[in-house]
Amino acid sequence: MSVARFWRKIPQRYNLIGTVCKTCGRHFFPPRSFCPDCRRSGNVVEYKFKGTGTVVTHTIIRTASDQFEDLTPYALAIVQLDEGPRITAQIVCTPEDVKIGMRVKGTFRRIAADGASGVIYYGTKYVPDE
Amino acid sequence: MRDVAVIGIGCTPFGEKWGSSFRDLFVEAGTLALDDANLSGEDIDAMYVGNMSAGRFIEQEHIGALIADYSGLSTRHIPSTRVEAACASGGLSFRQAVIAVASGMEDIVVAAGVEKMTDVGTGASVDALAGAADREWEGFVGATFPGLYAMIATDYMSRYPLTREQLAQVAVKNHYNGARNPIAQFQQEITIDTVLKSSLVADPLRLFDCSPITDGAAAVIVAPFDRAREFTDTPVRVLASEQASDTITLHDRRDISTLDASVTAGQRAFKTARITPKEIDLVEVHDCFTIAEICAIEDLGFCKKGEAGMLTMEGVTALNGDLPVNTSGGLKACGHPVGATGIKQVYEIVTQLRGDAKGRQIDGAKIGMTHNVGGTGATVAVHIFGV
Repeated sequence: MSVARFWRKIPQRYNLIGTVCKTCGRHFFPPRSFCPDCRRSGNVVEYKFKGTGTVVTHTIIRTASDQFEDLTPYALAIVQLDEGPRITAQIVCTPEDVKIGMRVKGTFRRIAADGASGVIYYGTKYVPDE
Repeated sequence: MRDVAVIGIGCTPFGEKWGSSFRDLFVEAGTLALDDANLSGEDIDAMYVGNMSAGRFIEQEHIGALIADYSGLSTRHIPSTRVEAACASGGLSFRQAVIAVASGMEDIVVAAGVEKMTDVGTGASVDALAGAADREWEGFVGATFPGLYAMIATDYMSRYPLTREQLAQVAVKNHYNGARNPIAQFQQEITIDTVLKSSLVADPLRLFDCSPITDGAAAVIVAPFDRAREFTDTPVRVLASEQASDTITLHDRRDISTLDASVTAGQRAFKTARITPKEIDLVEVHDCFTIAEICAIEDLGFCKKGEAGMLTMEGVTALNGDLPVNTSGGLKACGHPVGATGIKQVYEIVTQLRGDAKGRQIDGAKIGMTHNVGGTGATVAVHIFGV
């Protein structure tokens, strides 16, 4: 991923900045500037997510693309954030310990790197919160 | 709208074809299809080609013109268009050809699909395929394609009584069919034990739950049904051509274990063809992973949610069952050159409806269906065919 492409999403990747529609209360992550429910009557503003949620489903990745190969095996899950939106994220713990319904919270982590001398990509992973 | 018929089909053998280039593959498939329809290049009015990622696999874009050129049609300047929807590229290419003929814009149209995947290593190809999902919010955090389908399997198995053995039986059945299909990548039968003893790729999915990396090309020729008998004694009528879309990410779906795009495209297709699922004699579904075949059988309306594993174990979807599924061997055993798969499904159904499928022939098959999925279900193309 190019530096600019990564850099412009830093608020979302580091600090979980999304949006909320003040007309209907629906939260969006990643942020949307247009509420698909309220359309033109929507009023979408920035919102910082709490970073807490629940595991909806999960797997253990044992064969990855080159960038993630040295992390295998790692736990990957779909997490429902408490505000409503779902995201895909890594869960940092013994991979076999991840269970559906497990409470998790966001934590700032290194995600990947472009080789030994390239950009290091940071972002949010999740850890057990129970 | 005019009725449309398939008048010619061609397909290369699928596999790891180190000696064949991208160009060799589509020329081979196209020539076979033209020969089958007793046509020459002079008769072709337009071409569509399904291709997911030549840019990543062979660093070549502008595939439409390339294919027309190497098919010997550059001096005729016919319109030639690349269609891309990840693994559903072939299904959409076919649909574009059907639309062109049905509308009256064109008469004789080639729908092709091609993918040359083995010119890059496994890591690079896994990464290219991850582009079928959301690069920013799935791929970036370490999601792979098997990983996404594995999360469907985890969700499914937590809600419905699907056993690990039933899931494995999907692969066993498809390898059995593949062993009877001369173009299939895998020609050997396997057992449930083969699947359960293969290495884990993304829990609970193992290596033998996954379709392989494959090179291959397929081409079919469509024409107005009224003209079809000028070219063939065995035209196959296109009874429905439908397509649906859904969220690009798996996590944004209404239900992780239901591909709503499959449900919608399937319902539309049955309505257009004015038939019910019970009238389908055989179906080629998009089994990129074993769990995908389970979901497809249910989402298309052949049984209730949660029942497909049991039906698979009982042999209902086998060659001699009430609803043969993936007689070609499916993506699992026939192979999955992503852009070509949707066209290969049409090739298989037409072969069956003509009665030419030899060792895997479904006797008396009159109505067949194809189901081609892009990504984890963001695009679905469904077609119904009849004779």
